[in-house]
Parts: sequence; structure tokens; C-alpha cells
Amino acid sequence: MALSLRQKNDAPRSRYIVGFILSAVAVALCPISMWLIDSEVIAGGDTRWLTATLTLGIGALVLYLVIQFKARFADPLILPLVLALNSIGLAMIYRIDLTTSAQAGASQVMWTGVAMAAAAIVLLFLKDHRALRRVTYISLAVSLFLLLLPLIPGLGLEINGARIWISIAGRTFQPGEIAKITLAIFFAGYLSTHRDLILLAGKRVGPFRLPRFKDLAPMFIAWLLSIGVLVFQRDLGSAILFFGLFMAMIFLATGQVTWLVLGFLFVAAGGFLAYNFISHVYYRISSWVHAFDPDVYNQVVGGSGQIVQGVFGLASGGLFGRGWGNGRPDLVSYSNSDMIIASLGEELGLIGLGALLMMYMLLVSRGFRASLGVRDAFGKLLAAGLSAVMVVQLFVVIGGVTRLIPLTGLTTPFMSAGGSSLLANWVIVALLIAISHSARAPQLVDTFEPEESSDTIDLDSYENDGATSVISRITDHNNADHQGGAVRE
Amino acid sequence: MASEITVTLLRFAFLALLWLFVFMVMAASRRDLGIGRNLRAARSADAGAQPGAQAGAPTSSPTPVAPPPARASQLVITDGAQAGAVMRLGDEPITMGRANDIEVSLEDDYASGHHARLFPQGSRWFLEDLGSTNGTFVNGNRLTRATVLEVGTDFRVGRTTMQLRA
Repeated sequence: MALSLRQKNDAPRSRYIVGFILSAVAVALCPISMWLIDSEVIAGGDTRWLTATLTLGIGALVLYLVIQFKARFADPLILPLVLALNSIGLAMIYRIDLTTSAQAGASQVMWTGVAMAAAAIVLLFLKDHRALRRVTYISLAVSLFLLLLPLIPGLGLEINGARIWISIAGRTFQPGEIAKITLAIFFAGYLSTHRDLILLAGKRVGPFRLPRFKDLAPMFIAWLLSIGVLVFQRDLGSAILFFGLFMAMIFLATGQVTWLVLGFLFVAAGGFLAYNFISHVYYRISSWVHAFDPDVYNQVVGGSGQIVQGVFGLASGGLFGRGWGNGRPDLVSYSNSDMIIASLGEELGLIGLGALLMMYMLLVSRGFRASLGVRDAFGKLLAAGLSAVMVVQLFVVIGGVTRLIPLTGLTTPFMSAGGSSLLANWVIVALLIAISHSARAPQLVDTFEPEESSDTIDLDSYENDGATSVISRITDHNNADHQGGAVRE
Repeated sequence: MASEITVTLLRFAFLALLWLFVFMVMAASRRDLGIGRNLRAARSADAGAQPGAQAGAPTSSPTPVAPPPARASQLVITDGAQAGAVMRLGDEPITMGRANDIEVSLEDDYASGHHARLFPQGSRWFLEDLGSTNGTFVNGNRLTRATVLEVGTDFRVGRTTMQLRA
């Protein structure tokens, strides 16, 4: 269908039509699912489906128009993919509201609206994603502040042993979710300016170049941050997320395996210490390894009941699922947030869950596509980092639910009940859309003065040095910045 | 309550709808994977032909552009580290850049890994920049889309200048 449209009209317009149609289909998934869950509830005059559909629909329309005006060349496929995931999430939360005592639907719909509005605002005011580079260190400070907020007595809130929430006016919020965006901005800004130094400096040992301690400092900070989150907030999931984000970004920036090896050594050391000295981590791991042990299963604190019930749910869903509304998510605790993947797997089966995972994969691949296309190093790292954080989060949460790795409390992006996660992920999407706009916009630069840039560093004398490639990357950098200036004019 | 069969059918229909959506997105993203590239190139060729025709008279092209019987068959490096190298062109598109796994591997630190691509279309070669950092220049103009490359016209990739020869 996309192909025939493209041949008839000129290329860009047809892409927007495809984007619009796909967005409409994505929004329609929400009322369709809700009707399939229980058509009698809807026939009986319940209007929750209408509120949800209208919120999504209006939000989608507003975002679509904002993209048309502000980011005309943006990737048209990001929005429909996110809308589809959000639709299914809303439907599942509504479905769980119907049969259990949970009442997360109304607040989830409200947060969907808020999150979409936030995404629209980001797109409206962020003219150029490179502006974020200027707040590199501010965003580090903001990240630390956000992570420290839950530890403030009176403001912070402890739920199920983890102290990652704050409570304002009766509403709870997870500042760590926003911190993953600001941390990504910091890492992208820091690594895009210091990448060459990190690559170039340091002693060579055999085939490896050991980084200098000075260049290791941000790695230490990231590691300490993660350990701090683990120790003081007792949240293994966020700790893995932050460190995973940093590892992904430093690898993307330098392309050196040394960093991955070092990172895994850090993780191994941290994991060993945490397993032995932090009871919370110990319970997580023992309920993973010995999940089917009756003692562990029935344990009150840190038992494996949740994981095992989730896995049973997935098993009862089988290949085709039990159908909307026919599963037993009431048997699993947190079936609408941490365990929503198990609830969906039970009702939609492996085939339905596969479709959802494909949507995530496509979304992430669009993010990496934007990263490949954009011309400045900061934009590349930011888009790739934001996509990577989504991948890490999905891996941690779905791996946990399917018992591939220990279960840690993280939300499934766009689907789990939880306002802060929804808000943060929609803002991430807005940033990805903005970056994909600069990646795909036709370049305005037509003329180029080769004399000027080649005079700044005389490269001929370095021709046979091993460092040439790095230096040329530095000059590539200068050129890119130089052209960037030209684009802005 | 709807009958058992309807419910089952709807259940499968919903799964089909989910996958239909996934495949629609994949179909729409095909163009990014390069499958639709020839289509786009053909279109920009039409657009590029008109300014070329206007500027055709004053520019001095070494060979008179009578109906060219065949495409240029050689790529010559005229300036840069590998100056003098000659490459025979066939019917296949060729990629040039710093990478080692491509047809024209340049020893040029100013070139990107996959810098630019030459591809045949009818009796002419088209040059297309592959999103390189430093750009590809024909007659001092930076390429923004696939453009016709005439025989004898210099073009620059990084610090290497090349031209087509008949």
C-alpha cells in the first residue's frame, strides 16, 4: 500500500499520509481491544472506553499537527508505533480494572494526555536538538537532584521497600524516570566533546589501549550513581538501567571493546558485593534461581510467587492466547505495571506478544535510524542513547518477567500503569522525533570552503601516524560544527 | 453474548490486526533500507536534467555531448594520495569511501567510511552522497541528491579528486 501511494504522489506527502493512516489504526486498537474485552460493559453505558479513545485520538492529532508544522521531515513511523503500544497498554489496564480491585485506568488515561502534551511542548519549543548540548553539565546536576529527591525525608515515599517515589499533593511520581533522559543528555554531551581524548590518551598494552584514570572518572561516577541508587533507594532495576545506558553510550562513542570489558568487571564487582551485602538483591536473585522451591515461593518478603504466577500466565496463554478478557491477571501481583507483559502474554499469546515486541523493535530501530542519519555527534549519541535506554529497560523488564534474568521492578515503556514512566517515555519519543527531523531534512549547505578547514590543522605531517584517523575525526568534527553553524544561519 | 465461534474468530482477527499493523509499518519503512532508492534516483535525475540542459552550452565539456553511445567505462583518480589510479567500471553501482569492503577503497582520512556511490542509469552515471561528514562536491557544489556525472567532470570525495573517462 505504501508503495502504490509513493509512486502516485511525490514522496514526502505520501509518507505523511501513511503516517496518518497508521496513527489512526493505532488509536483504533484501543476501543477495539476494549470492546473485545467485554462488549456488554460498553453496551451497558460505561464511557471509560470513550474517554481513553478521545484522549489518545486528540493527543495523536495534536502531535501529528505539531510534527507537521515544527518537524516536517521527521520520521512518520515513530508516532504510530508509540500510539499502538500506548493503546494496548490502556486497554490492558482497563481490563485489569474490570476484574480486580486495581483502579489505575482513569489516572493512566490522564497521564497519557499529560505525557502527549509534554511531548508536543518539547517539539514546539525545541527548535534544534543541538541546543541541549549547551546544558550538558546542568543536566548532570538535574539528574543528581532528581535521584536525590526521593531520599529527602517527608518528600520521599517508600513503596515495597524501594525508595524511588516522591509524593506531592497526594500524587506519587518517580523522578528517576526523568533522570534517565537528563543522564542521556549529559552522557551524549560529555562523550561527544571528550570522545577523541578518551580514544587517544592512555597507555597501550598489547592490542588494548588502557584509558587514563582521568577519562575513567565519568565511568566511576556512573558506577557510583548506580550503586548509590541500589544501596540507598534499594532499586535494582534503575541501577541496571543507568549503568546499561552509560555502557551503551560509551561503546557507541568510542567503539572500543575495552570499555565493555571494564564495565562488565565493574558490574561483576558491584553485583558480587550487592549479592552478599544487600538483602534486597539477595532475595531477587534467590527468587530467580530457586523460583519453584516451595519455601521461596511462599516466602512473604521477596518470594517468587509473582514471577511464578506470571510464568504460569504466559504458559496458559500459549501460542494464540486466551483472548482479551479471558486470562487471570488477578492472580499476579502488579499485573498492570511490572507484570503487564505477563498479562498481555496470557491474553494475546506468543503471537500477540511477538507483535508487540516487533513494534518495540521497529520503534527502537527508527531511533537508531535517526541516530545514523543525523550529522552532529551529539545528536547521534543522544538518539542512540535514548533508543538504548529503551532497549535496556525492555530487556530488564521482559527478561525478568520471563525469568531469563532476576525480576526487577521496572515499567514496560508506554504500557505499564505509571505516570512518570509514561511521561518520560513520551518525552524521549519527542526528542527522537526532533532528531529524526534534523536527520532527514535536506541539507541547506551548498558551498564549502576546503581551504579554511584544512588550514586549521596541518595533517600532512601526521600522515603515517597511527593517530591520523582520530585526528581526522577531530577535524571531521570541526567541519561538522562549521557546517552546523551554516545550517542555522 | 456472542457465540463461541464469533468470539474465537474475533480473537484471531485481533492478532491478525496487530501483525497487519506491524507489516504496514515495515512496508512503510522499506524505503529507508535502500530498496526504493532507484525510484528516487530516477526522479531526481529528471529534475537534475533541466538545470544541466540550461548550463550545457556555456560549460566546456571535453567531449562533445552527441548522443553518447555508451556509459563511461573508467574512473580515474586525478588528485590525492592515490592519484593516477584507474578503475574499470562495469554495470554495477560502486561505493567509494574509506572502508575496506567496498569497490573503491580510498586512503583518505577526510573521506567517510561509505562516502559516496556511483550508479549507472541508462547511458549515464549518477553520483550520490551517502550522508558523508565532509560531503561530495561536483564543480565545487556540495551534492544534496543524486546527480548526473558527465565524463571529464571532476568530483571530490574527501581530499581525493576523481573523474569519469570514456
